[in-house]
Amino acid sequence: MHKATIKELSARLAARKLSSVELTRHFLSRIKALNQKYNCFITLDEEASLGQAEAADRLRATGRGQALTGIPIAQKDIFCSRGWLTTCGSKMLSNFVSPYDAHVVERLNAAGAVNLGKTNMDEFAMGSSSETSYYGPVRNPWDVATVPGGSSGGSAAAVAARLAPGAIGTDTGGSIRQPAALSGICGLKPTYGVVSRYGMIAFASSLDQGGPMARTAEDLALLMNVMAGFDARDSTSLERGREDYAREIGRQARGLKIGLPREFFAEGAAPAVMKAVEAAVAEFGKLGCETVDVSLPNMRLSVPVYYVLAPAEASSNLARYDGVRYGFRAPEYADLPDLYRKTRSQGFGWEVKRRILIGTYVLSHGYYDAYYIQAQRVRRLIARDFAEAFKRCDVIAGPTSPTTAFRLGEKMDDPVRMYLNDIYTIPANLAGLPGMSIPCGFDAAGLPVGLQIVGNYFAEARMLGLAHQYQLATDWHRRIPPGCDA
Amino acid sequence: MKWETVIGLEAHAQLNTRSKMFSGSATAFGAAPNTQACAVDIALPGVLPVANREAVAKAVRFGLAVGARINRRSIFARKNYFYPDLPKGYQISQYEMPIVQGGTIGIYVEGEGKTIRLTRAHLEEDAGKSLHESFHDFTGIDLNRASTPLLEIVSEPDLRSAREAVAYARALHALVRWIDICDGNMQEGSFRCDANVSVRPAGSDRLGTRCEIKNLNSFRFLERAIEFEARRQIEILEDGGSILQETRLYDANRDETRSMRTKEEAHDYRYFPDPDLLPLEVAESWVGKIKMEMPELPDAMRSRFVTDYQLPEYDAQVLTTTIGFATYFEQATKLTMDMTRVQTGMEGQKPVLSGVAKLTSNWILGALSASLNESALEIEQAPVSPLQLAKLLARQLDQTLNNRTAKEVFSAMWKGEGGGDADAIIERRGLKQISDSGELERICSDVIAANPSQVADYRSGKEKAFNSLVGQVMKMTMGKADPRQVSEILRRRLAP
Amino acid sequence: MALTADDVKRVAELARIAIDESEARAVLSQINDVFRLIAEMQAVDTRGVEPMSHALDVTQRLREDAVTEGDQHALFQSVAPHVEGDLYLVPKVIE
Repeated sequence: MHKATIKELSARLAARKLSSVELTRHFLSRIKALNQKYNCFITLDEEASLGQAEAADRLRATGRGQALTGIPIAQKDIFCSRGWLTTCGSKMLSNFVSPYDAHVVERLNAAGAVNLGKTNMDEFAMGSSSETSYYGPVRNPWDVATVPGGSSGGSAAAVAARLAPGAIGTDTGGSIRQPAALSGICGLKPTYGVVSRYGMIAFASSLDQGGPMARTAEDLALLMNVMAGFDARDSTSLERGREDYAREIGRQARGLKIGLPREFFAEGAAPAVMKAVEAAVAEFGKLGCETVDVSLPNMRLSVPVYYVLAPAEASSNLARYDGVRYGFRAPEYADLPDLYRKTRSQGFGWEVKRRILIGTYVLSHGYYDAYYIQAQRVRRLIARDFAEAFKRCDVIAGPTSPTTAFRLGEKMDDPVRMYLNDIYTIPANLAGLPGMSIPCGFDAAGLPVGLQIVGNYFAEARMLGLAHQYQLATDWHRRIPPGCDA
Repeated sequence: MKWETVIGLEAHAQLNTRSKMFSGSATAFGAAPNTQACAVDIALPGVLPVANREAVAKAVRFGLAVGARINRRSIFARKNYFYPDLPKGYQISQYEMPIVQGGTIGIYVEGEGKTIRLTRAHLEEDAGKSLHESFHDFTGIDLNRASTPLLEIVSEPDLRSAREAVAYARALHALVRWIDICDGNMQEGSFRCDANVSVRPAGSDRLGTRCEIKNLNSFRFLERAIEFEARRQIEILEDGGSILQETRLYDANRDETRSMRTKEEAHDYRYFPDPDLLPLEVAESWVGKIKMEMPELPDAMRSRFVTDYQLPEYDAQVLTTTIGFATYFEQATKLTMDMTRVQTGMEGQKPVLSGVAKLTSNWILGALSASLNESALEIEQAPVSPLQLAKLLARQLDQTLNNRTAKEVFSAMWKGEGGGDADAIIERRGLKQISDSGELERICSDVIAANPSQVADYRSGKEKAFNSLVGQVMKMTMGKADPRQVSEILRRRLAP
Repeated sequence: MALTADDVKRVAELARIAIDESEARAVLSQINDVFRLIAEMQAVDTRGVEPMSHALDVTQRLREDAVTEGDQHALFQSVAPHVEGDLYLVPKVIE
């Protein structure tokens, strides 16, 4: 049952061959057995999950079920879910029971999906390995000595280990795509503004975007159909008509122009990664796609630009955690300034504090123009590169991450090495473009490689269609981590 | 040495919208603590701001009223600092690109007009309230006010005295109420000012070091704080010292300003464009629509009062100081005209209108203003309505009342006598002027007969004697005769 | 340009994060590594390029002026560290 895709499970639920309660129980029991090993989940609430499952079964019984009705979905602990502990992987929110639902959570609930549990993540989504969590590191189901990527590592590992058929994550600089790649699953970061940010705990507001994680492109489309949509409570939410993200699933890839940015294929990525990505490009050729060389000359500046903009926005977004209205408050303090300093010093981990310090510095008096404004200007150059490239191709393809999963602890003391992991994923966030990662092979150690597809604005359906055609021709996405198939 | 005080004001007008600047909470004053603070206001993790269209419209309205430039595109920025009543750790404000730039406000000080230039006006959200008094060791935080829309209006340093500053603040206060963007309630903090004060040797064109004085929530405090601060700075400079640029707090109890102990770093606000809020665009068509809905502005109304009602410039200016006075005047004048027309068949010709208008103006600037001052009331709270005043004026115009009796009726109306109805009061007090000429002729002839010496004096050219005869008649009628009519009769009867 | 330990302490104070001498030194070298990375971007000639604050070139949508939120203070304050008389409490602020 846990090996089935969302689409398959949905069909079985619709045919009443399976109940949501059975399905939810099954996943909960798997989680109970395996979570210790992977540390994917921070919070489980069996009663709440089963309550939703029962409601979903009742809905199915009346024939009013939708695709996701009764499907258990894991939620990254960055989404506020009413009545659920919502920690964002931080001690700062280790006691925060959310009094409200994020827009995405509301939509999932309205569709009858079951909240399976809240997944582990890098603290405040700051990290590429899911090691900065207050709740301990997540482990990669393909090799528990390695990281699953981050920051949505708990969601990625849960889907990879078949502890959940699908999950939701967020992506600020690659936090959906990079863990999807390292964990051997599919993940989509939509066009900025397509998924509401309301109730999604902010890291870097101009870059953050929620998206689905699952095992097939088709499942991503089903999740997108629920997650996407206008929300009046998010000023940056786009007012667009309802869209069926599965509408191009059946469409042939023939004739599609795939841009291969020179910079994605230059030296930098591990040979095993390049080999798998090149094989995937060849597969696209077999599907009748054309490949064109394109260039993103400013791509190499993405990481430096990101490490000005994201910390700057974060330093301000995280100022609300002051121990006054909710969350952690230091147990002892002399006065108000001391309360602030101790609460924030004890409540945040070092990666978060480091980024707050960087962000505060680049915004501070006398440095703003040289750092922040300059970074915003270079950001535009990067966005223009994409605009140029998309004049010549329909989608862009390349590696998601320069390496496969690295070992736990390997990059924890070297932030810059850690940051460079996101070199291929950050550009899409800076430009606001949709990007996805799908499995496209394995390295010699048996660790998965991800193929990244970046589309033009609102090209999600097109990208999902292409990915689906690829998945019809390949079986990388069907591979199961050792010990997870039984 | 002779010193000149240079002042610029930053006024915060709370915009009178129903809901907050960035959330759907109510803005009503006086609610129980934190009952009007929603998830957005208390800055729960994950919440986002969405700006209030009406607040933007009101800012545009203000810009149009002061002849400023309305920036078609403006930017909301975050002003970052930690304070317990600032839930997000930043205030959303406008920094580099405010919605309103430039504009002017005209002020009058002792009848002299002066134009004060505005630098800008921008939209921002208010903070919550810190309550220091309720607990011994704690400060209580009430976030009901958090995210209430404010328009911060910044003047150029064009003011040269505390009196000018007060005149400016009053003009601004009147204007924001005039165009209905702020209720102007200073006790509730709906309109508050900070003053930037510096001094310099008279004739110098360089600005001195300024101090910003906060917490000026009445015109009186504004005046006293500036006076104190200017004196303080002059004393320091005359003693050879120098002024430290700082923020000072006005302490009304001690009538002094004192330094707020803030660290220098507190001023590194790290402004940057709020990534949650896209550029604010104000379309030309929207500005056009707001312009159409604008009430007539004080300047235009003043000119119109002079042209249409032939009011003296002074009357027109004072009547248009606040929309309350202006509206009262126009209503009372029109109602009086209507009643007079019905009763006397007089047409609305200009001379008649002008006479009625001047009479109304005299009443408003005279008895009504005096009574308002005495009872410390705003004109909107006056116990005598424009309609009630009009009824009184109609009785004066149709000779039922003379000046003196009219004043008596007015006082009675003010106290609510007779339900505030002029006719009822006249009736009750028997104040109806004697206009029956037969009756008056009889009294006049009696007075002439009883005062032969005055009659002789008058006939020999002593005008004073005539006045005494009029006085006698008035006394006999208990003041209910029209003095003009009495004079007429007496002159006719005494004519050689 | 490299930051100094004093820069770190100044910024930490602005961000209200307690940091001691040894922590400041430890974090300093990591932060300076990041700033070396950032320096690549600073070298780019961006004259005439408009700063990009948002991913999409769209303007702000505004909300109608309507009260949509009711009183939920009891729910919100159920997760607050210290509340009395419906007020959030902090150590006495001295002005």
